[in-house]
Amino acid sequence: MSQLSSTDTPIAALPGDALRERAVDQLRAELGDALIDTLVKPGDDVWVRVRADAWHDAGIALRDVVGLDYFCFLSAIDWMPSPFGRGEDDPTQPQAERDMTIRQGYTGGETRFQLFARACSTTLHFGVTIKADIGDDMTMPTWIPCYTGANWHEREAHEMFGINFAGHPDLRNMYLPSGFEGHPMRKDFPLLARMVKPWPGIVDVEPLPGEPADDSDADGGES
Amino acid sequence: MTMLGDRQRLAYIASQAADARLNVELETEGMTLNIGPQHPATHGTLRIICRLDGEQVVWAEPSAGYMHRGYEKLTEVRTFPQVTSLVNRIDWLGSFANEVPFILAAEKLMDIEAPPRAQHIRTILFELSRIANVSLFLGDLGVQLGAITPVFMAFRDREYVLNLIESATGGRFHPNFDRIGGLKDDLPKGWIEETRSVMRKLRTFCDEIDDLLFGNEIFQSRTRGIGVIPKDVALQYGLSGPNLRASGVDYDLRRDQKIAMAWDKVDFKVWTHPDGDSFARCWVRLQETREATLIVEKLLDTLPAGPVMAKVPRIIKVPEGEAWVSTENPLGEMGYYVVSKGDLGPFRVKIRSASFNNISIVPWLLRGVYVPDVITILASLYFILGDIDR
Amino acid sequence: MMFAVHFPYWAQSLLRVLGGLVAVLLPAGTIVYLFLFKMMSFMQSRLGPMEAGPYGSMQLFAEVGKWLQKEDIMPEKADHSIFKIAPLIVLASTFLLVAVVPFGPDAFFTNFETGVFYALAVSSVSVLGILIAGWSSANKYSLLGGLRAAGQLIAYELPMVLAVVGVVIQAGTMNMQQIVVAQNAGEIFGWSGLGNPYILTQFIGFAVFMIAVQAELTQAPFDMPVAESELVSGYMTEYSGFRFLIFFIAEFATAGVFALIASVLFLGGWGIPFSWFGWNNIDQIDNWMNIVGPLIMFTKMMGLVFLIMWIRFSYPRFREDQLQRFAWKVLIPVSLGNIMLTAVLKVVF
Repeated sequence: MSQLSSTDTPIAALPGDALRERAVDQLRAELGDALIDTLVKPGDDVWVRVRADAWHDAGIALRDVVGLDYFCFLSAIDWMPSPFGRGEDDPTQPQAERDMTIRQGYTGGETRFQLFARACSTTLHFGVTIKADIGDDMTMPTWIPCYTGANWHEREAHEMFGINFAGHPDLRNMYLPSGFEGHPMRKDFPLLARMVKPWPGIVDVEPLPGEPADDSDADGGES
Repeated sequence: MTMLGDRQRLAYIASQAADARLNVELETEGMTLNIGPQHPATHGTLRIICRLDGEQVVWAEPSAGYMHRGYEKLTEVRTFPQVTSLVNRIDWLGSFANEVPFILAAEKLMDIEAPPRAQHIRTILFELSRIANVSLFLGDLGVQLGAITPVFMAFRDREYVLNLIESATGGRFHPNFDRIGGLKDDLPKGWIEETRSVMRKLRTFCDEIDDLLFGNEIFQSRTRGIGVIPKDVALQYGLSGPNLRASGVDYDLRRDQKIAMAWDKVDFKVWTHPDGDSFARCWVRLQETREATLIVEKLLDTLPAGPVMAKVPRIIKVPEGEAWVSTENPLGEMGYYVVSKGDLGPFRVKIRSASFNNISIVPWLLRGVYVPDVITILASLYFILGDIDR
Repeated sequence: MMFAVHFPYWAQSLLRVLGGLVAVLLPAGTIVYLFLFKMMSFMQSRLGPMEAGPYGSMQLFAEVGKWLQKEDIMPEKADHSIFKIAPLIVLASTFLLVAVVPFGPDAFFTNFETGVFYALAVSSVSVLGILIAGWSSANKYSLLGGLRAAGQLIAYELPMVLAVVGVVIQAGTMNMQQIVVAQNAGEIFGWSGLGNPYILTQFIGFAVFMIAVQAELTQAPFDMPVAESELVSGYMTEYSGFRFLIFFIAEFATAGVFALIASVLFLGGWGIPFSWFGWNNIDQIDNWMNIVGPLIMFTKMMGLVFLIMWIRFSYPRFREDQLQRFAWKVLIPVSLGNIMLTAVLKVVF
């Protein structure tokens, strides 16, 4: 098998936080005040949030300036707490009152829906998670010019969250029947299996008899 | 946009020409061939709609979603420990490997780390599930190309690995063995010796496949130069795992990231191939299976003593935060983006599965190839339907 | 002089029909059980059928029974009458082929001067059956399979004919019986202990012939007309029940008959070297050869079928264009060269 090559590259220097800081600086230089917020967790990852209209430019900057050549994923998140909780209500009882305030995660946000994506570098060995708020028109520019692989991810986000991608050539449904109404991954879309009868798995989180039901019971046992 | 190989460019021109021909009335009549959802070549229910001109594919579009189970939605109504039994079923041939990144993400949010012995055993089981997964691929590859014998060898030898996984975890296909903070149990008695002998058997199996399939001239002529993915296209589409490494990208998450697993304790080789064709993809997988058996043996040599479970609360509440952990699964990069709101269950889990990206390149790749090459390319990309549809 | 005892014509005809059935079905059954069920299983480290009868030997009857019970399904859009005829045409070509194969000095169905020519001619009848099966099924996979089969069988007919020409030149006859006699009565440089089986002098022809047979039988590595991982089952996709059974029998019976023809042409057929018993020509041969001859033929046939099946179980399949390239660019030039070489040597010696 001599004609076939294999590499035995030594482990490259693992990403320092300096690399992540540099990525943030590069993005800031490229995008200006379209870069709203950033978060670098030491030794972990970096989050950036950009304005919705800069989403496409941010993708190009990530690819060409920061040098993240590898497209990882793109998806969306619905920050509204589910009105159905974790689906463990007794369907025969009236619904419980829930705190419905929207709290966004890392790097904050203003809207209920956020688009987030991730790209990595195969040579520098680090990645960036990028987020953007989605306005009320639920339309975002497509990322296909930056990363071709975003095509299917955007189709998935379109049918699951109802986000439109301006410039996407083919936003057909991927999983759902073409006439399907509603967007299943939105929090206000009920999980019908949990609506028709109580979830048997609820038993799992009940405290064992004779034990206090709070976190202080750290006995290291397997739950 | 991309650099195309000569062959790819020719195929592209041919398909353009075929397109033009199809539009001319009364000349040739194209045919639409539905490969799947029920078809021997799509292990699962993938449907590929091909527009044919003779036996040449003019246009192809995969249509997934026949197995969508909505795991991302389901995770939102489960507790953290319950999620592992769901994600087990994403890539059902290498189930244990699906649990690990999720558990690691939860551990990262909780800021705990599994004891060294648990990390070792996790890595060993991870590599075993890689072997179980890829050895079946090696056999299945033969069937897709018309050689029926390798698949029986693959099933025979995969059985040894499944027995190992079963005796350690209690489950052959869906171990559900990983816990936040460690593992459910320690290894059973005699397991280490048994594993060593099985790894030797598996290396013999790899040699057999190497002789029977990879050394075969027909096999080589069927796979070499077929379905060439250039490096930059592979990266653009987010291909990962052996598919990416076969295009000459030296990227392996086992080596290239800091993660609470035992891969940094052993020295192993990351195999790449410069060609990017179907043969390269198969070859890289064969070498990886061999390498995985060596990794398992080395890990067994350095297995530390100690507990397999860290101190974790009985009722697991994960602090608020977001975490992304991905590992190099048998099919490629599999990662979980876990958002927690300090509740019993995750608020949102984005599952990044390898086959979803790997198969999204298919429309680009299938233009201008022949119908038999469709099967070769699909087989060499190696997808698992549960991994596409989740 | 077909039989030592004189039979009326109707009895002779009946015997011939029965003999033909035996000569086609018995090898087919044996091949399926021995090779497809057992040999393949052992090669793949498994046991194969073990439940029906001792060592699974009754499995064949179970399979036939299963197929006969199955519903005869036909696609609605299929051309019904043609659809029904197709398997019969394929099977008929097998029976037509076996008619010229000699099994002993007097044990043959028919013996005519252009036997080889006839055999090669009728072997291509099966293409018609396959083509109309593919076309009439009204199924895209069947259509692709049928077209592939037509292209492939026509391409490999040619090297097969050309490979046989070498034998015909060397034997100086197209009569199959006389080709057998010529081999067993022949001698190699004056030594007649082995006769002169043409596999020794015509080994190129033999190799080309066996490759072409493999392709004619659509066995792997030439099985793209059925190509189960691409075309589901090719031209057989829509067939079920006893119609599929007929295709199935025809496939393995044809394997047997082609092996018989190959053993006649290259391995000395039913004969044993005549010098062992001091025979000089066909009239001196003892009558017991009519019993032993078929057994010898059967043995040689099994050897050749083993070869065919061994390759079938080990090789992946070619692609359609590679197959055509192989036929036109390799096999045909090689067999043409073989003919020239044979002709030159024939003149020289």
